[in-house]
This record gives sequence, C-alpha cells and structure tokens, in this order.
Amino acid sequence: MSAVIDSGHAHDEHAQGPYRGIMRWITTTNHKDIGTLYLWFSFTMFLAGGTLALAIRAELFRPGLQFWHPEFFNQLTTMHGLIMVFGAIMPAFVGFANWQVPMMIGAPDMAFARLNNWSFWLLPVGALLLVGSFFVPGGATAAGWTIYAPLSTQMGPGMDFAIFALHIMGASSIMGSINIITTILNMRAPGMTLIRMPLFVWTWLITAYLLIAVMPVLAGAITMLLADRHFGTSFFNAAGGGDPVMFQHIFWFFGHPEVYIMILPGFGIISQVIPAFSRKPLFGYSSMVYATASIAILSFIVWAHHMFTVGMPTAGILFFMYATVLIAVPTGVKVFNWLTTMWRGSMSFETPMLFAVGFIFVFTMGGFTGLILAIMPIDIQLQDTYYVVAHFHYVLVAGSLFSLFAGFYFWVPKWTGRMYDETLGKWHFWLSMIFFNVTFFPMHFLGLAGMPRRIPDYALQFAGFNEIASIGAFGFGLSQILFLWIILKVTVLGRGEKAGQRPWEGADTLEWTHLPSPAPYHSFHEQPVVG
Amino acid sequence: MTNRMVNATGAALLALSRTAEAAYQWNLPTPVTRVASEIYNLHLVMMGIILVIFVGVFGVMFYSIYAHRKSVGHKAEHFHENITVEIIWAIIPFLILIAVAWPATKTILNLKDTASPDITIKVTGYQWKWGYDYLKGEGEGISFLSNLSTPQDQITGKAPKGEHYLLEVDNPMVVPVNKKVRVLLTANDVIHAWMVPAFGVKQDAIPGFVRDTWFRAEKEGTYRGQCAELCGKDHGFMPIVVEVVSAEKYSAWVGEQKQKLAAAADDPNKKWNLADLKARGEKVYAANCVACHQASGQGVKGTFPALDGSQLANGPRGRHIEIVLNGKRGTTMAAFGKQLSDTDIAAVITYERNAWSNRTGEVIQPGEIGSARK
Repeated sequence: MSAVIDSGHAHDEHAQGPYRGIMRWITTTNHKDIGTLYLWFSFTMFLAGGTLALAIRAELFRPGLQFWHPEFFNQLTTMHGLIMVFGAIMPAFVGFANWQVPMMIGAPDMAFARLNNWSFWLLPVGALLLVGSFFVPGGATAAGWTIYAPLSTQMGPGMDFAIFALHIMGASSIMGSINIITTILNMRAPGMTLIRMPLFVWTWLITAYLLIAVMPVLAGAITMLLADRHFGTSFFNAAGGGDPVMFQHIFWFFGHPEVYIMILPGFGIISQVIPAFSRKPLFGYSSMVYATASIAILSFIVWAHHMFTVGMPTAGILFFMYATVLIAVPTGVKVFNWLTTMWRGSMSFETPMLFAVGFIFVFTMGGFTGLILAIMPIDIQLQDTYYVVAHFHYVLVAGSLFSLFAGFYFWVPKWTGRMYDETLGKWHFWLSMIFFNVTFFPMHFLGLAGMPRRIPDYALQFAGFNEIASIGAFGFGLSQILFLWIILKVTVLGRGEKAGQRPWEGADTLEWTHLPSPAPYHSFHEQPVVG
Repeated sequence: MTNRMVNATGAALLALSRTAEAAYQWNLPTPVTRVASEIYNLHLVMMGIILVIFVGVFGVMFYSIYAHRKSVGHKAEHFHENITVEIIWAIIPFLILIAVAWPATKTILNLKDTASPDITIKVTGYQWKWGYDYLKGEGEGISFLSNLSTPQDQITGKAPKGEHYLLEVDNPMVVPVNKKVRVLLTANDVIHAWMVPAFGVKQDAIPGFVRDTWFRAEKEGTYRGQCAELCGKDHGFMPIVVEVVSAEKYSAWVGEQKQKLAAAADDPNKKWNLADLKARGEKVYAANCVACHQASGQGVKGTFPALDGSQLANGPRGRHIEIVLNGKRGTTMAAFGKQLSDTDIAAVITYERNAWSNRTGEVIQPGEIGSARK
C-alpha cells in the first residue's frame, strides 16, 4: 500500500511534459490541449459550414437557377445546418469549457482526463462521416437539418452517414457533459461554493445537464428513423400504423433544449465580459443563476411551438403558446441585469466588450422576433418562411457566435500570453456586425412577404432583399478570413505584445488573479483558497 | 419650368417606387379574410410593444455607453443586488405578456373553428404538385391536379421571367367570395404545407392523416402561395393559386368543370393504337415524371434512375406496371395508381416503353391496368 503511494510521489517529482509533435495532440489528457483541439476543430467546421452558406447565397443572389440543381441546393442547406450546429457551435463551447472551467474553479484538470481525450477524438470521426456523405451515391442528406420523416426515409445512403455521425457526436457530447458536471461538482477549490462560482461555470453546469437529458432523445429519434429506413418498421409511416408527426415531437423535445444548449454558455461568457469591462460587479448574480435555471427548465415544455402548423388541438396550441411567451421573463431578467451592470460603471471598449455589447443588441432583436413567433396566429403566417431563418440566425450567429468571439478575445491573452491585435479585432467586430445585419435583417421582410425557407429559386417580388442578403453574406464570410489571420497571428505565429497576468483590470476570476499568462501547462498544482 | 421638373421627378419616382414595390415586398400581404386581418393587427400591436421596449432598453444602454465610459473619466459605482428592482422587471414583462396573450387566444379560437362550412375541399400534397377534390357543397365531384405552369426556360434563364414567375399554375383552385370554405389537408408521400398568406392560412399536409383549416375570402381576386414545408427536390416549384370569384362566376365555372370531366372520362375498355397512346403518354410523362426522370429519360445520376435503356422499361411489363401503380418504398417514386386514371397510366407506360432508345413496340391497354389494380 505504502509502496503505491511512494511510487505516486516519485512520479509527481518527475518532470512531466507532453509527447512531441502530433503524438502530443493524439494522446493528450491535458484540459488546455484538449480545449485547443476543440477550438481548432470547431473553427474548421465553422469555415466549412460557412462555405456552404456562401454557396446557398450565391444561388439566391438572383431569381432563376444559376449554379446548383434543386436537390444539391437542399443538400447545401441541410449540411450547412448540421455542420454549424453539431460541428461548429457546440464543440466551440466545449472547447471554452475545457480551457476555462478548471482554471475558474481552481482545479488542476478535468475530472476524467482520458474520457476527455476520447470525447474530443470522436468528433473528427463524426465530422468525416458527415462531410464525406457528400461523396456517396445520391450525395448528402437533403431532408433539412431537422431530418423530418418521411422525407428522410426517402433519402439515399447520405442519410445513414448523417445518422451515424449524429450518434457519434452525441456520444461525444454526453461524455463531455459528464466530465464537466463531475469536475464542477467535485473539484472546486476550498471556499468556491456553488453560489460563488463564476457565471460561465454556472451556465455550463446547467447546459451539461440539458445535454445529458436530450442527446439520448435525439439518438432515439434517429435510431427509429434508421429502423424505418432499413428494417421495415413503421414508427413514422402511417401506412404501418405510425405517425410522421411523432418524429417532430421527439425531435423538438431534443431540439428546443438544444437551442438553449447553444446559447446558455454564451450568456455565461457575456456575464464575465460585461462586468470586467464595466469595472463593476454583475448586478444580480443570484437572479442570473435563477434565470438560467428557469430558462433550462422551461425549455422542456415549449417544444411544440416549432410545430404550430401541424394541426394540434386548440388546448395544445394554447399551452405551448403560453409556456413559450413565459421564456421572455427570465430572458428579460438577463438583459436587464447586463444593462444595470453597465450602468454607472467605468466602461472601456476593447474587442471583447464590443462583441459583448453587440451581442446584447442583436441577441435582443432575436428575442423580440422570438416573441412575435411565439404568438401562434402570427406564427401561422411566418412558420417556415425566411422570418424564421432571420430569427434563428439573430440568436445563433449574433447570439452564440458573437459570444464565442467575445470569449476568444477576452481569454486569448491568458491562453497564449500575448495580446491579440486590437486594431484588427475592432475591424473584425465592426465588419461582422455590419455585414451580419445586412445579411439577416432583410430576411425579416422576405418572411413577412411570404417567401418560404429552403427554396432554391423564388418569385420576383423577393428579388431585392435576396440580393442585399447575398451581398451581406459574402461580406460576413470574408470578414471571418480576417478573424483567421488574427488567430494565427496571436497563436501559431506568436506575435503581439506580451500579456500580463491580468491584462483586464476589471477581471477578477481565479485564472486572472492566481495564474500567470500564459497559464502553465499544469495549473493549480496547489489548490488555491477562495476567501 | 420648375413645375415641369417637379412633375418629371415625380413621375420618375413613382415609376421607381413601383418597380421597388415589386422587387421589395416587405410586409404581410393585404388580408382578405377576418382571420388574416386579426393576425395583421396582432402583428402591428406586437411591433408597437417591441418598439417601445427597444427604445427604452437601448436608450438606456446607449446613454450608459455614452456617459459611463472610463475615457470620459467616469468612476465605477459598486451597487448590486436590489430585490425590488429585480421583482419589478420580472413582473412588468409578465403583465405585458398576459395583455397580448388575450387577443391571441381569441384569434386562435376563431381560426380553429372549422364548423359549418359552405364548401369542403380536400387538398392533397404530392411530390410536387397539389390535387384538389371538391367534396361537399356547390361543385361537389370536381377533381383536378394543379401543376406549376412557369416554363422551364424561364427558370434556367433562357427566357425572360413573367410577372407571376413560379407563382402560376395550370389549374387554379376556384372558390366563391364570402363563403366559408373548409380545406381538408392530406398528402400522398411526404409532409407538405398549404399556405395562402392573404387568407392567413398555413396548414401542414401529413401523409396518412387528415387535418383541416378554413377561410372565408371577402374580396374577389387571385391569391398566391407556395408549399411551405420542405418536401424534396421541387419543394420550391409547387405553388398554390386560389381564384376568388362571384357566386355567378363560380356557378359558371362549376358547370364548365363538370362538362370537362364528362368529356374527359375515358372508356376503360377502349382499345388504343400505339401512336395515339404514346402521344397521350408523352403529356402524362411531362406532367408527372419529368421532374425526376428528365425529358431525356436519363434521370439524375445517383439520385433518380434512368428509364432510357433501363431493365425496367425493356423487361417484363408486369414489373413496370406494378412500380408505376404502387411506387417504390423508401424512394421518391410515388404510387401513381392513386393519382392517375387507368388510361393515363397505360399511356405513360406505353410511352416509356417506346420512347428514346426503348423500342419494345408494346401497347399497354387501360384494361390491363384495371386488372393489375385488383
């Protein structure tokens, strides 16, 4: 027994370093390395999904069919959605969790270091299956990212590739969530009680529970789909006693919490950045925690607002409408809290703060349109039109993506020990902000005018706004090349001024107060004590 | 002279705004039913509320950004947590929500009330066209399919696009003005959605189930919509056109349709010759098959199989008839037995077996289809 302990000691004193070269990344169990892998992976997928988006907008620049056949166009919209949701946004937030959660709670690493390696390395496999499906006979799935049956049972083998990819990525998410929950609940430094945790950690704790609750539901839905496709079952086929609408119920029972999975950690990032650059504590810390939890709970009882046009009974419609509008209350609490945090602060506007304020502005607009869509009679006009496309890009691009940008600029000095290029960062913000709105604001008008989503060609009264949206999309896409350059400059090339331990004077979480920049490969060998 | 200039500019502006109006339609269409006007007004009210909140919230935010900056020397105050404020800003939005939920609920009760219609029409979604069957009321028995009528050349840019590009059909749905029309929705293959924005109507059409909705159009005219649920390749090419006409015109239209139906009814026992049946089959093929299998019969590689030179169109006829009648499970190939008459199916199979390089010389008689159905 004592021998075991002794050998442990000997090991500890031994100088530990990672393997060299590629093996470092394949075998790593270090939360910082794995965080970096997640972030590069998600950025690669972001560029891939963005390329598909530009292919879509090129076709929609003018009425008529110019570049793609309709069936390939449907593959583009489907894969754009799947890649962005499962490949870009979700892994990016897990990357942030890997880097930040241990450092913010004073833990040396994640709870399950090898599981952590495995949850990352599943992702490239899933991504290869997903992207590779473009090259199988019949091409990738073209049933929309929502893969509604029975359209999805008509698809070729590309659909099976997508199903397996989702299974694998779902398994990765579940393992990542287990790891995050265990780390947060068990590895906090002494004195770091739950109600003292930074909000980013809180939002991820809640998000991880959501993931564990709903990823198996998605897995169930796509497995039933697989059985309908190949094993002669009729879960979603009326001719065999099934019901196509059941697929939608199961899918959105996963899908609505999924929407919050993609935004809650973003709320967490914004709740770190706003106080730091206002030099003032968050106005209502505990009400922010309660609001996050309420949003998570409500997300389980609103799913059918995605299905207001399937022909539900009146009582069902009323229930889901009332429950949906209720979400406006905790969301409002969040926005009001950010504003009162800024109020009478001493604000400065470096790039992270610009993206955070930009986030509040455009995300709130997405919230407004969400409220409009929640009113079922109005939704009758807007369901499955470009208004919905505008709405969810306001919350997902301007919401999730802008919060990720804010988080990157905020923490990259801690990760690399160098400051990013502030001038280019500001350019990145303004270009993204302007072109984002040029792209997506006109889509509200298209939706009100009645343009359905997911169509490769459109009637002439929609021509004007589509042209504007396409120009904006190319501007937005090209602005992200600038972002790539900013990242390369501060990471791979290692250029930029050296960052101090605490480059943002208002930042007060453990990674800024206790760790140097760059954070050492193994941080918190000795537990910090939170006073 | 100034006057003339003003006039000229005015005329130019007017012309400009007209084209702009065409290319930049930006709001809900003018409603022509009560439900649609209620929705229109609900949307206005919501926009009003949102605008007030927008100005309030972002007024505060931008004032704060202007006044509470470090660069203007503002020192941070350190207040936080205030239970009263936090309760107020949770309760006020809650009260606003109740205020808008009330009129919304009334509209929902109204739009779900499909009772006691004057006319009932069943609408069926097919990949990729709509079928209309008049089930009850004046016009009972009328039945037709409604296909996109925009020529392919306009879509591919070989011809200039017409005024109603992609929003025009060969056979529009016709209904009388000021009558309550109940629409029963179903689908043949995958989920479609029937949408006419001017009526405030959008209802999914679900294969194997019947859903309903209704409208009472208060103004004569032609109203257009599109399929609103992704349904495969030609989802963007299956528009909806509804003509709302006076009671007299409607009766006249019904008479005309009945005559047409009587004239079109084929004698199922008629013996056809190859040339006539092939000519008819070519038309059926153009309306039903060409979207996937292409005019050349080559299909789309990897997605839709070729018919030209295929085993199916040159092998035993029984298999060919079976596939056309019953479709192929797990693919887009529909069961056309439910859509087309015996004569049309006989014609299209005869055409496929004698078109392009296929030279079977076989004539499939309608009677053969009739017995294959049993």
